[in-house]
Amino acid sequence: MSALVLDHVVKRFGALRAADDVSLAIEDKELHAIIGPNGAGKTTLIGLVTGELVPNGGRISMQGQDITDWTVPRRAQAGLARSFQITRLCEGFSAEDNVALAVQAKLGHSFRFLRNARKEPALREPARAALQRVDLLDRADRLVGELSHGEKRQLELAIALASEPRLLLLDEPMAGMGQEESQRMVALLAGLKGKITIVLIEHDMDAVFSLADRISVLVAGRVIKTGPAEAVRSDAAVRSAYLGGEA
Amino acid sequence: MTDRWKLLRSILIVAAAVALIALPFVAAMLGSTYAITLATRLLIYAMVATGLNLILGYGGLVSFGHAAYFGLGGYTVAILAFHLGEGTSILGFPGTNEALVAWPLAMVVSGLAALVFGALSLRTSGVYFIMITLAFAQMTYYVFVALKYYGGDDGLSLARRNTLGGARIVDAQTFYFVCLALLALVIGVVQRMTVSRFGMVLSGARADERRMMAIGYSPYRYRLTAFVIAGMTAGLGGALWANLARFVSPDMMAWTKSGDFLAMAILGGLTSIAGPVIGAAAFILIESTLSGLTEYWQVIFGPIVVAVALFAPRGLWGMLAGKQER
Repeated sequence: MSALVLDHVVKRFGALRAADDVSLAIEDKELHAIIGPNGAGKTTLIGLVTGELVPNGGRISMQGQDITDWTVPRRAQAGLARSFQITRLCEGFSAEDNVALAVQAKLGHSFRFLRNARKEPALREPARAALQRVDLLDRADRLVGELSHGEKRQLELAIALASEPRLLLLDEPMAGMGQEESQRMVALLAGLKGKITIVLIEHDMDAVFSLADRISVLVAGRVIKTGPAEAVRSDAAVRSAYLGGEA
Repeated sequence: MTDRWKLLRSILIVAAAVALIALPFVAAMLGSTYAITLATRLLIYAMVATGLNLILGYGGLVSFGHAAYFGLGGYTVAILAFHLGEGTSILGFPGTNEALVAWPLAMVVSGLAALVFGALSLRTSGVYFIMITLAFAQMTYYVFVALKYYGGDDGLSLARRNTLGGARIVDAQTFYFVCLALLALVIGVVQRMTVSRFGMVLSGARADERRMMAIGYSPYRYRLTAFVIAGMTAGLGGALWANLARFVSPDMMAWTKSGDFLAMAILGGLTSIAGPVIGAAAFILIESTLSGLTEYWQVIFGPIVVAVALFAPRGLWGMLAGKQER
């Protein structure tokens, strides 16, 4: 069964078709990259999958379950985790607090009023484990504002991992990173590959071609090609529409 | 947080507690009941501001109608006493003068109002939220202005103070300590809440709502719960106020009162437990000093609040704590 299926999904903003009859099937445990020029509709696609945007047509399903009408939190509860293109973290909280919140979300309702959540091993230990996975454990007590850009991106990943997702949606995780930071992120993602289903939206072509099992190319709201990295790289339509001279 | 600041903070808290406990004795020695009454007002305001701070400081929700719950709590006590005096019944129940019945009931009434008003207001955010909470409070205000049976504009007097478990709490000192104990309880509970799972979600939703939804939270339910808790706290404060003043009127629900509570919370410093208490103390001191000088004391008070908001965004407690407190 596919981890995520988009079936003839349409999203219109006025006259603009930001998602124009998009059909995609992401297989279980694959790392599927989505590339495309600016304005191709990548952010719209993320919004549709996470539930922040409601499609004008088509269906979306996760693990065979139709989630088209589900809210953002409900999809997250069902195992969809995401990172944000522009980091969104709870300022004023420590790195560990941020991850612990994601752990807490998975442990049922949070109508618990009297116990100190910062001293609950059930929250803090998994949080620290997730920070360890992204190599950020030594910054656990730092406030978000004290972290570097690269560290914030790592923290985004730790938050996503802490919820033990079935499907991980990464929205340009390398955006704004230096070369060294990017390489570290690629190594982190390579370590996750094959363990979780990952949808990777990314501009860094080196990263995409070294990591992805399959790649989908989005141009003007349409998927013009889906296939293994090599097939996409050599595809004539893709080259003319997108990769152009740079490939 | 440094150890030095922790020590300083502990000293400050102990000093404040000692001062609050010693105050009525000192006042009695000086023969000043006015000071006890003033201090009791402080305690009640501090309680309401502490509850408000849960939604304002931690939840980031500017409720401009908090006086409604304060007033409803007060009216609950007064109406029950009124029916006792008249020998009539209300909704099939007799009136009562017993605090153990009236005060919890005041909290229930205020909590239910907060549940209904909050459920609708929290569908909106930002300026709209402020306006809708204000609108509900104004509605409540005019309902009680129109309720001629319960005095309308003129309000309702209480023949005597409630009894607490049958015991009299008429004595100013006794009543002061009842208020102090309840304030300590409210502060203790709210403090624990702010660092509980519930409090983490509430604060997280203030910091970044979209992030919280992305990890699986629906902030609405948590905000509504906090809104109800704040309303119930204001209800208890109102019940105490009715007992202190032995009088309730729609003025308890006026929008200026809501503004006062907001000013207290902001003055003291949001997202700290001590803030609302310090804010209430500052408010009482400034009000009682300035109103002795001029009838238009707010003309001076307003700029003070503006100055604090501009130059000490984390309030008076934030100024004390410096950079140490998170």
